[in-house]
Amino acid sequence: MTDAALSQSDQLRSDATKARIAMLQGWLRSLAIGALGLAILGAFWALGGWYIAQSPGMFAFAQLAPLPTLERLWDMAQRGEIWHMSAPSLNRVGWGLGFAILIGVPMGILIGRLAWLRDLSNAPFQLLRMISPLSWMPIAIMAFATWDAAIIFLIFVASVWPIMFATAAGVKRIDPAWLKVSRNLGANPLHMLFYVILPAIAQDIMTGIRLALGIAWVVLVPAEYLGVSSGLGFAINDARDSLDYARLGATVLVIGVIGYALDSLCLLAIKRFSWLRSDT
Amino acid sequence: MTAFSTIKTLESGAIKGDATVPGVSQKELSEKSGSPAQGHGAHVQIDGLQHRYKGTAANCLQDLNFKVDAGQIVALVGRSGCGKSTLLHLIAGLMQPSVGGVYINGNRVKSTCPRWVVMFQAPSLFPWMTVAQNAALGLRFAGRTSEIAKRVPALLELVGLTAFADRNVQDLSGGQQQRVALARSLATQPDLLLLDEPFSALDAFTRRALQQDVRRIAKELGLTVVLVTHDITEAAIMADRALIMAPDPGRIVTDTPLAPGPERHRDSPEFEAERARLSTLFEATA
Repeated sequence: MTDAALSQSDQLRSDATKARIAMLQGWLRSLAIGALGLAILGAFWALGGWYIAQSPGMFAFAQLAPLPTLERLWDMAQRGEIWHMSAPSLNRVGWGLGFAILIGVPMGILIGRLAWLRDLSNAPFQLLRMISPLSWMPIAIMAFATWDAAIIFLIFVASVWPIMFATAAGVKRIDPAWLKVSRNLGANPLHMLFYVILPAIAQDIMTGIRLALGIAWVVLVPAEYLGVSSGLGFAINDARDSLDYARLGATVLVIGVIGYALDSLCLLAIKRFSWLRSDT
Repeated sequence: MTAFSTIKTLESGAIKGDATVPGVSQKELSEKSGSPAQGHGAHVQIDGLQHRYKGTAANCLQDLNFKVDAGQIVALVGRSGCGKSTLLHLIAGLMQPSVGGVYINGNRVKSTCPRWVVMFQAPSLFPWMTVAQNAALGLRFAGRTSEIAKRVPALLELVGLTAFADRNVQDLSGGQQQRVALARSLATQPDLLLLDEPFSALDAFTRRALQQDVRRIAKELGLTVVLVTHDITEAAIMADRALIMAPDPGRIVTDTPLAPGPERHRDSPEFEAERARLSTLFEATA
């Protein structure tokens, strides 16, 4: 290697170290601000718990305050109850979201690429999208043999639209020059799909999945009010019926924490797949 | 010093940064990449070509007939809208002519092919890939993945980007990106390089260096080159021959050889005289 090339290589390494330090500083700053936000939320929760405990008409709900809730949460964690109630819910969301991705991504690519299909499908898909997923509940119960299948269907119905439309929007934004260059280099349709289209829209797909996951997680709890005897929705219902408000509060907390964790994972995936320098 | 950097070229070492390109002979490139030397550029024939875009009443290109010899660099010079880029797209097989045909080495062009590649005005690199991955794309599409490990490093050395092989292309300057596009275009060992104003978006310094480097590389590899430009100086620096086009409908009005001196130095009297002659022809006919 020449002296000039070595010097260039040293400069690149130095730039990379500086970039890593700046990234670490940014990450620590975000962490500190996030912790502060959670502390403020906790303070409001404590204030609400104190107010409920002081109100004669609401005294029965005093166990929803932070301390009894966290004690109950610790107890549930030690007995493995959290995993026991979360696993079936995560399983249902996983299946529902999986089917939504399987249908939504290919359909989104086709809608994004084919103008005639976009025109044909726009009205019916927008109409279906605006129907609340929970309004499909009676039909789902009739159509599927098991409660689990009905819940998975409801999650699928809730999730498929954001994934499909985000994918289609991503495909429409693909730089036509990339397709022209690929054709010029001899790409066949499969090359186009795997080397150009999917990498180009990966961040859009992940954004759609993140939106879909948020909706699916919200739909999950009421959907699990259906005949099943497992899952977070069932646990909420059960705690309410047995007047175990500390358990109800702890379950709500579990729902929030898992939802936040899943959303954070999606955000990480979006950053991972984002190729725009300004996004990272 | 590597074997590559010992090869003397017109510009190597003369310019820094974007413009530095170590020279690599075709023989050495072929030896290092394990691929056969190209040696012969493509012979191009345009035969009675006319073209009309759908929904328009008039032809944008009318009665085009010319040949480009193997290894020749031809500049298509004309004002904006005279159909230069359309003609280049037709030669590349990205579009089909309404009448007549394009023949490369005697075979009618019906679609795109890795043997003839276009470098566009924008490098249009894939921003989710590294420099090396972008350069390897044509080989990957052609199913020649076993050649990537040897050929891509040699190509990056050819265009002076060895140190940037693992960098994301978004980290590069405009000139460096255009060099990656050149490496990508050369990866499949084309016979014909079609240049669609590839330097017009670059600064003057980088543009000048790339004009000289691309000519040198094309001559070393024995490529036939068709260059679309509206820049008379660029045509005089790069081309062996100029075809001047006039608009409405697009047609060739002048076909002239270019001889701006052996070194093609901008400051030399031969170059200035040839540039002035071309400019006069352009003003008189285009």
